[in-house]
Order: sequence, then structure tokens, then C-alpha cells
Amino acid sequence: MANRATTKSPFLEGVRDGVPIALGYFAVAFSLGIAARNAGLTAFQGFFASMLCVASAGEYALFTLIGAGATYLEVALLTLITNARYFLMSCALSQRIDPRMKGIHRYLVGAVVTDEIFGITIARPGYMEPAYNYGAIAVSVPAWAIGTALGILMGNLLPARIVSALSVALYGMFLAIIIPPAKKSVAVALCVVVGFACSWAFGAVDVLAAAISPGTRTILLTVLLSAAAALIFPRKEDETDAQ
Amino acid sequence: MRNNYLYILIAFAVIYLIRVLPLTLIRKPIRSRFVRSFLYYVPYVTLAVMTFPAIVQATTAPIAGVAALVVGVVAAYLGGSLLTVAGACCAVVFLLELILV
Repeated sequence: MANRATTKSPFLEGVRDGVPIALGYFAVAFSLGIAARNAGLTAFQGFFASMLCVASAGEYALFTLIGAGATYLEVALLTLITNARYFLMSCALSQRIDPRMKGIHRYLVGAVVTDEIFGITIARPGYMEPAYNYGAIAVSVPAWAIGTALGILMGNLLPARIVSALSVALYGMFLAIIIPPAKKSVAVALCVVVGFACSWAFGAVDVLAAAISPGTRTILLTVLLSAAAALIFPRKEDETDAQ
Repeated sequence: MRNNYLYILIAFAVIYLIRVLPLTLIRKPIRSRFVRSFLYYVPYVTLAVMTFPAIVQATTAPIAGVAALVVGVVAAYLGGSLLTVAGACCAVVFLLELILV
């Protein structure tokens, strides 16, 4: 895709960091495929949806609505809600763009801002390198789309204990992203610990769990806790590119 | 009769706009210290919120998920790479569930 000529290529680094993402995506996509099959999608439709959307909660919502025969408007609205966090992530990424970068990369990199790819992008210091993202995308998105299609075709073929073990790969990756900066910054450490606690509380308290869907919970807690952290621990000017 | 491809294309259009609009509209560095700080903390809070308690609910045996969380935090604290940390989490779940499930 890009930077084939360079020896120490950000594209290859992206491929390397994309492998654990691809493994996790495959397992998650497989179970997503089972949901898509229940909604009446063909394997090709599942593949098509996953290649374009690359969104776990968003696609799950989409397949559920298709199965229920929802209106197109409902699909648009629920997609907006379940994917609103990507808006915040892209806002954060926009601050890491080299002003000299070609404009086309904004449209291409932006198309695949997922939780995981955002995570590994933001974990690199300095300006964003599009080739790094393309490397991670090249291995992880096909795994996501093929996993969805296989889930539709084969249902419960993978042994349950393999699916169970693979399903924590994604969370392991999240931890690898959030723990190292939490080690260096009290503010980030507090964000992580309070984030864990609030997320647990929202799910455990019946009234809150019934009123607020997991997607909305993520949006709400992200906005509230990040705003609190920004007020209590404002960042200094020269800290922008750290981490 | 509604069309599955149209459903998918509508979802794609909405997701694409959500992802690309901030990247194409915000072309200058943000000056506000609050907004910059806010955006700095967003990914860590989001990922933390999505990790717990979901990691405990993802496994067949919840205790295996707890073990994966502990192992993942320790491995990441010790400086493990993405693949190492993710692999360690998977391995501990697989081994524990061989005994438990």
C-alpha cells in the first residue's frame, strides 16, 4: 500500500502491531457472524458490512435491526449513537496530523478509526504516520471481514474454549495501551481506575443498567471523566506529544 | 421488502462521516488547554470503560476473565508488547478453563 521502498517501514510496524488485533478481531467477528446469520444475512453481505463498517457494537446493532425489519431511519440513528465515540477519537487523532500530510490520508485513515487501531496509533509518539495505519488495517480488516463471513457460514464450529480464550485478546491489547502511560502519569492512572469503577457500577446498578445501554455508557463516561480529568489535571503546552 | 445492502450502506455512510468529519474539518491545532487536555484523556477513559467489566463477561468462567485482567495489567506494567500482553491474557484463560470448565 505505501512505503514499500523504505527499509524500516512504518507499514511493516503497522502489520506487526496489527497481528494481535487481527487475532482478536477474528474471534469477535466470528460471534458477530452468528448474529448476522440469525438476522438473515448471507456470508457475502456479512463480509461486505464488515469490510465497510469495521465496527463491533455498530455492526451488532445493524444486524439486530436488520433482523427486526427496522426502518432505514432507525438504522441511521442507532448507528450514530453506537459509533459516536469514534467522533471523539478522530478529534483526538486530528491533533496528531502533520500539517504537511497529503489530504487524501485524512479520508483513508479516517475510514478505519476503530478502538484498537486508534489505540495503537495514539500510543506512538509524534505525528501520525498513515503508512503505519495502513499496515495495521491490511492485516486486521480482512481478519474482521473473513471472521464475520465464517461465523455466518459455520456458526459454532470453533470450540467454545478457543473462542473464550481468544475473546480476551482485545482487552489484553487495551491494557497494553492504557497501563504504560498510567505508570508514568497519576492523572492517566486515575482515569483508568475510575473508568473501571464507574463502568462496573453502571453495569451493576440495575436502574442504571436498564436505563443506559453499553454504547451510551461508554460515551457518557468518556465525556464526563475526560472532562473531569482535563479540569483537575490540565496538560501543559509541551506535553501534547508525549505518549 | 427492504434491501440488506441498502441497510449496510446507510450504516457505512453514517460511520464514515462520524470518523472522517473531525479529521477533515479540524485542520488547525486546537488552542484551548481544556479541549486539548480533554482529548488527551479520552482514549484512556474509553478503553478503560470498555475493558472492565467486559473482560470478565467475555470468558466462559468469569474468574478466568478476572485472571486475564490481572495478568494483562501486570504484563503491560512490566512493558510487554501488544502481542505479549494479549497472548498472556488468552493463555491464562485457556489454561484456567481447562481446569474449571
